[in-house]
Amino acid sequence: MIECKDIKKDYINGDEVTKAVKGVSFTIQDGEFVAIMGPSGSGKSTLMHILGALDTPTSGQYFLDGKDVSKLTDDQLSDIRANQIGFVFQSFNLLPRTEVIKNVILPLIYLKVDPVERIKRAEQALLSAGLEQTRWHHLSNQLSGGQIQRVAIARALVNDPSLIMADEPTGNLDTRTGEIVLKTFQDLNKKEGHTIILITHELDIAEHADRIIHIRDGVIVSDEKNKNKRISNISLCENENEEKITAECSEIVKQKN
Amino acid sequence: MTIRDLLDQTSTGLLSNKVRTGLTMLGIVIGVASVIAMLAIGNGSSNTIQAKIESIGSNLVEVTPGAPRSVGTQVRASSGSAKTLTMDDVTAISSQIPDAEAVAASVTSREQVVAPGMNTNTSVIGVTPAYLTVRDVSVDTGTFFTDDQVTSLAKVAVLGPTTEADLFAADVDPIGQTIRINGNVFTVIGITTSKGGSAGNTTDDEIYIPLTVAQQYFIGNQYVSNISIEAKTSELVTNVQNEVTALLLQRHNISDPTKADFSTLNQSDILSTASSITGTMTALLAAIAGISLLVGGIGIMNMMLTTVTERTREIGLRKAIGAKKGDIRLQFLIESMMLTIIGGIIGIILGMTISWVLTITGMETADVSLVSVILAFGVSAIIGIVFGYYPAARASNLNPIEALRYE
Repeated sequence: MIECKDIKKDYINGDEVTKAVKGVSFTIQDGEFVAIMGPSGSGKSTLMHILGALDTPTSGQYFLDGKDVSKLTDDQLSDIRANQIGFVFQSFNLLPRTEVIKNVILPLIYLKVDPVERIKRAEQALLSAGLEQTRWHHLSNQLSGGQIQRVAIARALVNDPSLIMADEPTGNLDTRTGEIVLKTFQDLNKKEGHTIILITHELDIAEHADRIIHIRDGVIVSDEKNKNKRISNISLCENENEEKITAECSEIVKQKN
Repeated sequence: MTIRDLLDQTSTGLLSNKVRTGLTMLGIVIGVASVIAMLAIGNGSSNTIQAKIESIGSNLVEVTPGAPRSVGTQVRASSGSAKTLTMDDVTAISSQIPDAEAVAASVTSREQVVAPGMNTNTSVIGVTPAYLTVRDVSVDTGTFFTDDQVTSLAKVAVLGPTTEADLFAADVDPIGQTIRINGNVFTVIGITTSKGGSAGNTTDDEIYIPLTVAQQYFIGNQYVSNISIEAKTSELVTNVQNEVTALLLQRHNISDPTKADFSTLNQSDILSTASSITGTMTALLAAIAGISLLVGGIGIMNMMLTTVTERTREIGLRKAIGAKKGDIRLQFLIESMMLTIIGGIIGIILGMTISWVLTITGMETADVSLVSVILAFGVSAIIGIVFGYYPAARASNLNPIEALRYE
């Protein structure tokens, strides 16, 4: 469970103080799929950094699974991120020229997970993220945008986090590929019960979530259930290379179900 | 992170830009190789010089006629031509100084030597049989002349192996043959064992004849140009030197030691002078090589700083997914250490190869010591840490948010 109590964040640049977040409070239950939406400069990125334990608030409290993480040191924050948070970024941020499976394993290295166990968990995560098994040993630069983002999703899943933070995950993808990625998130939320926070500035992206928190100028302007939820009806296997729908691929779907 | 993970992560980093990694490593390779090769050359020539000095004989004190000069200039000074030392002095030393194991006198002149069909120009040394002991000369074939032959002015000669080769064809047995030294006929009775040494500076190109014969036929007087005394033990060398000085001053009626008409020199003086010279030379060579190693280290630092900047986003990502400061610092530190250690190993191999090539081609005697290998390897590993630390610290202190945003 996530609990924010009057979170404020100021950036000090010389004499100038920028108030990016001006007192935000909300609670997210386990298993929720929440979109935080706002235009650029609304403070949503700042809020995401705090929720993702990349940064600490100037004032206020942030409880992640009952633990106050708003006053931790850098290394303690690293621990929180390693154990409880999975990130999916707009620009993917895979290690270049590195095998898919090694990219997925990366968080487990910092968690000191045993090498055999790592592979098992990485494969499980790749299955959940819906990347065909044939690609698992490709280098990261041999994949398409949609495939790359699914590797990134697998990497976010691999440490079995309490919270997945997706920062504009479709920002660098075409609409169709974006739909597939959003569908993946919906499946992860519905079928595997992951808590997901989706950061976006587009309403039709945000509408894939169950709840939308609207933020503008550092304050919440609305926080309500999404009444017209979009469900991607694209099949997981119908990816951008449609001719590559293989038997193996449908097997993955079977395993998932 | 286990060691294996670290090595895996860092090798990925290093292999991602092979050309740059290779060129940076080359700096260390050249640095280490030159340290190894330079120290080997320094060592080798110092060993050669020491061996040469020791081949003259052991525990040696030499007396030469003429006023004493400083040790440094005496090393290569030719045997004195001043007429102050006599056979009586030699007899007095051997009878009155019990610490002297053996005393030998010699005179040297350079003569034209003729054998049937061949000739050479070489040093003709008039000696007493004690010379064999004192100067560590041994006879390979035939015999050396005896004290009786010295007394009886026997015209016999013992040749050095180089001189023998110059005067006789390989299939001729020189023993019993006659040679003419400056017109005087001598019978060859023996050949000495080779002592080695480079051309122009060898004891192999010499002819030994009885002292008395040399004095009579080539020198024309009864003086000796060198007295060599072998002390009984190395501890007695200085003692013998002092006793000989005192005895000769008394015999020559000289009360002021600074006005002595002879000079004494012991082998350890020569050795210490020579080793201090070669030591300085080795240090100088090593310093030059060390500078190139330092430059290589700066190259490492330069590359690591570039790498850190280039991989800012990667660092940001690693931090975002849970890497601690220490993890990042260690990763980049290991990267630079791998560069210098691999470079160091290649450098050691290259340096040893260079030394080996120099030695077998006869350009230099290079002697690679284990110490220099350990030193070069250790220094290159330390360079990896020292020059890698700043870039690694910089990487570890990056703010993950800034780093992820970095374009």
